[in-house]
Amino acid sequence: MKQVLEFEKPVMELREKIAELKKFTAESDMDLTSEIETLEQRLVKLEEDVYGNMKPWDRVQMARHAERPTTLDYVKELFTHFLEFHGDRLYGDDEAIVSGVAKYKGKPVTVIGHQRGKDTKENIRRNFGMPHPEGYRKALRHMKQAEKFNRPIICFIDTKGAYPGKAAEERGQSEAIARNLMEMAGLRVPIICIVIGEGGSGGALALGVGDRIHMLENSTYSVISPEGAAALLWKDSGLAQKAAETMMITSYDLKKLQVIDDIIPELKGGAHRDVALQATEIDHVLNQSLQELYDLPKEELLEKRWEKYKQIGDYSTL
Amino acid sequence: MLKDFFSKKKKYASIPREEAKQEIPEGLMQKCPNCHKIFYRKELKKNLNVCPNCSFHHQMTARERIDSLFDEHTFEEWDQNIITENPLGFPDYLEKVEKDREKTGLNEAVVTGKGKMQGFETAFAVMDSRFRMGSMGSVVGEKIARAIEKAKEQKIPFIIFTASGGARMQEGVLSLMQMTKTSIAIKRFSEAGGLMISVMTHPTTGGVSASFASIGDYNFAEPGALIGFAGRRIIEQTIREELPEDFQTAEFLLKHGHLDQVIERQDMKEVLTTLLDIHEGGAQPS
Ligand SMILES: [Zn+2]
Repeated sequence: MKQVLEFEKPVMELREKIAELKKFTAESDMDLTSEIETLEQRLVKLEEDVYGNMKPWDRVQMARHAERPTTLDYVKELFTHFLEFHGDRLYGDDEAIVSGVAKYKGKPVTVIGHQRGKDTKENIRRNFGMPHPEGYRKALRHMKQAEKFNRPIICFIDTKGAYPGKAAEERGQSEAIARNLMEMAGLRVPIICIVIGEGGSGGALALGVGDRIHMLENSTYSVISPEGAAALLWKDSGLAQKAAETMMITSYDLKKLQVIDDIIPELKGGAHRDVALQATEIDHVLNQSLQELYDLPKEELLEKRWEKYKQIGDYSTL
Repeated sequence: MLKDFFSKKKKYASIPREEAKQEIPEGLMQKCPNCHKIFYRKELKKNLNVCPNCSFHHQMTARERIDSLFDEHTFEEWDQNIITENPLGFPDYLEKVEKDREKTGLNEAVVTGKGKMQGFETAFAVMDSRFRMGSMGSVVGEKIARAIEKAKEQKIPFIIFTASGGARMQEGVLSLMQMTKTSIAIKRFSEAGGLMISVMTHPTTGGVSASFASIGDYNFAEPGALIGFAGRRIIEQTIREELPEDFQTAEFLLKHGHLDQVIERQDMKEVLTTLLDIHEGGAQPS
């Protein structure tokens, strides 16, 4: 079953109708070619209307789409020689984060990302992409290794958040996140972060300190989920749609707030329509970012990383 | 003791709780939420807001904290002139901030500056949970980051007392990004050899717990302080299992290896001073 989102239903219905007419034309001797052409023109227009005017809540739905490509989907498209490595060497291996080495356009890189499952079984194994401390510590271990061997780090962000659980607290969820923020600040290699789905709060941020922060057009990045914000602000999680608008969580919002660098355009109808094609859009931005950062002297790289985050915030001075 | 005073005057062996609650003159007396005994505010204050009966650590305002730790007339405040804005255009946000400004006499939920502790000069940030629950927005992040930068420039240690419910919702993702801003400042300070001491007080949760509070060279907490990443109720809903009573307390964190020590408030100044002494004032190599 393909998941169809509420706002895109008219598009899907028209698409189905066209498919039916095509089938009918092929099977009967009635020629409906001109009708089909008219409808196809209407479809183009409708797609532009629907996907060109997505509301924040529509984007939230798109970011959570069941078929939305995950870190490993993009890894397959963007890199060669990918080897996944496991474990934090302290406690265990958290499959909510995947991490390893690969080549990007012939050069070695370290790749790290949150990893959701594709089905219930995999989602349970990967804890729905919500990491425990050992996930963040595994990531940090690989980042330090990247620094030692002087290869850039590419992080894919895609999580509802760090897992809110008893074991996670016992093992130091706060410390694990905080440590990553602090250590990523000082890594002497370029770091590129790309939000590909949901960027949920501190759990996203712990892979999100970089020299470039990009967002797929329909991804979100927020301090709290729209449902959580609605519950906190208005004591009603049903007002999530309103919260999605108020909280400024879309790629366009974050660009406006000067938190991210680039918005990576998405295919009409979302990244899941064609992973390979979507990956070429990512590739373009990733390549450009790395070109800009490869030869930067390390001190300058770190200084600019600081300058980048130092300016984030809104306040005035008396 | 005040309880004697009460029992003598009223000739009660014990005051029923409900009744007692009604009889507390607002402002003059304060009831301990732990042992339910009633004290003169003055008496509590003299005891650093620690219950003389059960040692429960009541919250302290930022000013009270500063007064309790730093040598007289050595306190210099920084960045009082940074003012909150309303980046997401939240209705009533600035009004609420203004109200807390009046209530607390602070410009935001953290006071930063420097002072001398038994002669040891140190930069500090003290959060105040009365101000928007001590939540971290742009101003809190900026003030803390600047204080760390100043500590780095002036080659003095940095001590932070945290008290925060986490992120400032009304500032959305800008609030989240203050975690990064402060953490990078700490990294730069640390690389320069700076000494950072974190003291977590009640409560230290969410984004504050998951950034500067947890990455000092030394991490301490006050007894009974609530410290954690996720809220207890969210965890209970997620895992559908009962949590231990001491879950996310300072003592729980100590047991699980996340704290160097839990320090009674009465001992705070002495421990911090001793540590500054061991670091020979915490001066950074030039
Ligand atoms: Zn008491």
